[in-house]
Amino acid sequence: MNLESMYQEIILDHYRNPHHRGLRDPFDAEVHHVNPTCGDEVTLRVRLADDGSTVEDVSYESLGCSISMASVSVMTDLVVGKPLARATEAYDAFLALMRAKGDTGALVEADEELLEDAVAFEGVSKYPARIKCALLGWMAWKDATAQAVAADAGRDAMTEESA
Amino acid sequence: MSPLVTAPALDVEKVRKDFPALERLVHGDRPLVYLDNAATSQKPRQVLDALDDYYARHNANVHRGIHVLAEEATALYEGARDKVARFVNAAEPAEIVFTKNSTEALNLVSNVLGHAGPRGLGPGDEVVITEMEHHSNIVPWQLVTQRTGATLSWFSLTDEGRLDLSRIDSVITERTKVVSFVLVSNILGTVNPPEELVRRAHEVGALVVVDASQAAPHMPLDVQALGADLVAFTGHKMCGPTGIGVLWGRRGLLEELPPFLGGGEMIEMVTMATSTYAAVPHKFEAGTPPIAQAVGLGAAVDYLTALGMDAVHAHEQRITAYALERLQQVEGLRIIGPATTDQRGAAVSFAVGDLHPHDVGQVLDELGIAVRVGHHCARPVCLRYGVPATTRASFYLYNTEAEVDALVAGLEHVQRFFGPAAGGAR
Repeated sequence: MNLESMYQEIILDHYRNPHHRGLRDPFDAEVHHVNPTCGDEVTLRVRLADDGSTVEDVSYESLGCSISMASVSVMTDLVVGKPLARATEAYDAFLALMRAKGDTGALVEADEELLEDAVAFEGVSKYPARIKCALLGWMAWKDATAQAVAADAGRDAMTEESA
Repeated sequence: MSPLVTAPALDVEKVRKDFPALERLVHGDRPLVYLDNAATSQKPRQVLDALDDYYARHNANVHRGIHVLAEEATALYEGARDKVARFVNAAEPAEIVFTKNSTEALNLVSNVLGHAGPRGLGPGDEVVITEMEHHSNIVPWQLVTQRTGATLSWFSLTDEGRLDLSRIDSVITERTKVVSFVLVSNILGTVNPPEELVRRAHEVGALVVVDASQAAPHMPLDVQALGADLVAFTGHKMCGPTGIGVLWGRRGLLEELPPFLGGGEMIEMVTMATSTYAAVPHKFEAGTPPIAQAVGLGAAVDYLTALGMDAVHAHEQRITAYALERLQQVEGLRIIGPATTDQRGAAVSFAVGDLHPHDVGQVLDELGIAVRVGHHCARPVCLRYGVPATTRASFYLYNTEAEVDALVAGLEHVQRFFGPAAGGAR
């Protein structure tokens, strides 16, 4: 196994110069996720469009290893400004990639298109101890998005009641 | 803890031949450099043989049955207790309770102190621990104080990685019922001064519990000289198998405390309504115990005793001194914990510039160097020193100066790999 398969240049670039970093307003939900085995942490906010169809913004502060820091940066590139359905597809594809245990056949062309820079994490899936690092930001996004959607639904219900 | 000058030198090359795992190659052709001994030690052939012999020839349940194997198994199990008692200078083998590990030993103590009774905790009582405890000596006390309404307080740490005992008399008060502290920190390497803590705790009538998990494997441990009331340690960090730990307690105290787990083995007489309990130590050993593991621990104790704990300690002090000196030559490296071998064990935590320990450990692993990265089950220590985690190299009786050199060369490789922007002093 060689280390460059995990630490691809693209990953190190995102680690050194993370995209979409910082915590911004407004937001619909904020979550704090940790990886207790190594101390990686991320605080992440999600802002959905008023009709809930689009991911308007994802902002975050994170502390952790290069893999977790780069992964959250790459993730924001893939979801910010995208239709929620498309972002969720990317999430599912990334999860599948991490579960592939380095099986290169698992990555089909459709996923490559969907995952863009995130395909660089394929090598990480060979290292069981690091998969959690790569997933931290994605899990936080999924959680925050679910909360934002639920909050939206709650608001809609209230609006209907008051109507 | 002991005079170093009198210790006979350890023949490290000979010792290394006893440990099959040290002959392993990893990632193809890399010799294993095993520096994760604070997590668990490797096992010598003598311990592996004892386990094999037990299962191959003597396997039976203990303390019951009148057949040959049952008697042999019982003799081996109780023989291991005798060996452990001598190893820590217990007054008698009945003071040695076998547990699963240190964690279970500490939970045993905290749980039985949560019962009503003369020693039982309640509202207004205080338990005192320290900020450098392993989670296994924090969480059990959080659980029992929350359950009983007692209060948990702790000693904080100095910038040098020592206990701040400057206000000892106001931290340990007349309300303090238990003082529980680690003898040697698994993350900082600090050796704590038991005399001061024991003196003050006993002055106010508090029980003293000592977590000796990182002490028993590395230095002579004399529980009577220590002056504590209860001492916990684990077998797998001292060349023994996993699944076996020890709680030592003064006999009178063990007799006074209520049982922990109920079941077979720990009883004297059972009726449908109530039971009476076996004498110590069996009162605390419900169910079929870890027999093979105890036998393996006995073999580990024999192995360490034959080498001499003074010699083991002297060797580790030498390696640690060399490691501290060499590590501090690495640019941007910061030791988290005491920077000299004065009152210090063989676990050395450090930060390499801004590099995350997980990345450091990953690249070292590729070179065959096994270190631990993370918060080492001592997250409050990481918070105290403002690091998310540390990289930790921890040495044992079989480590060499050449392995320290390999670590240092590995760290320089790590810095080149991630580039100066990430690894240097930014």
